[in-house]
Amino acid sequence: MVNNSLKKIGVIFLELLIRIAGREIIVPDTIVNVWIVVILLILFTFVVNSKIKKANAKEIPSNFLNIVELLVEASEGLVKTTMGPQNMSFSPYILTLIVFLLVANLFGLLGFSPPTSDYSVTFSLALITFVLTQYWKFKNSGNLFSYLKGYTEPMALLTPLNIIGDLANPISLSFRLFGNVMSGGIIMALIYEGAGFVAPVIAAPLHTYFDVFSGVLQTFIFTMLSMIFIGGREA
Amino acid sequence: MLQGITSEAFILGCSAIGAGLAMIAGIGPGIGQGHAAGQAAAAVGRQPEAQADITRTMLLGQAVAETTGIYGLVIAIILLFVRPLLTAYLGL
Repeated sequence: MVNNSLKKIGVIFLELLIRIAGREIIVPDTIVNVWIVVILLILFTFVVNSKIKKANAKEIPSNFLNIVELLVEASEGLVKTTMGPQNMSFSPYILTLIVFLLVANLFGLLGFSPPTSDYSVTFSLALITFVLTQYWKFKNSGNLFSYLKGYTEPMALLTPLNIIGDLANPISLSFRLFGNVMSGGIIMALIYEGAGFVAPVIAAPLHTYFDVFSGVLQTFIFTMLSMIFIGGREA
Repeated sequence: MLQGITSEAFILGCSAIGAGLAMIAGIGPGIGQGHAAGQAAAAVGRQPEAQADITRTMLLGQAVAETTGIYGLVIAIILLFVRPLLTAYLGL
């Protein structure tokens, strides 16, 4: 899209060219960046796992483990206050969402294009939330009949509206994250193009807003809305 | 006046105008988010001890109010960078 102007300002592009049965498939750099983030996070989990296994429960934990504990406790507290204590089993999913989205949104600061500026990434994340929402609704309503009957509330005439309202959730959820991150990237590219020599002076505070502030805020909003959708309250 | 213009240039120009018109959608979320922020400021003034809860609720409501603006933005981006009308005209 804006690749040409981005290439000029030195954004790192890692594109893959795969040849399968004589056809060439170009894997865009955002997808490659997703895999970089995923591999980094998997390595991080292995480090945490080995450190926790070695840790002695009677001693004071190290600084690294303290921070990890702080993160886990914060996410559990968030799930408890938003979804109620009966839904604590969703806490690992919410923590995974927070960590992945945070790293993915802040990835733009390193000179890569952020993975969440690709619609396929945000839409797949929103689809996971959608499937979890429907599964949890189905499980809570008991059988198929009462699950389908939930769509005719409060009256049968509103059934199409209820269905559209449910289907609109993943779309609005994914477009919100995609639009925010993508527009920030486009505005930054325009500023680097237009400002010329003064760009390094102007760009630093704008990176603070578009990458750090907006990225953290969108992470919070995505996880918050996921929790509310799964918890079953309308928003 | 329009004689020297090729069809491709005309379609590109109309796409740019359409993108600009789509961004008028930004007015609504601006008013809504400002209203929410003002109400939240008044609420914090009344109950300073509930500031954390008020801020969280305000951010959540603002995010939902932002949705329509984001839809307009996505349409503008698609018109400018993906150019579906030009590809439809060229028959690609």
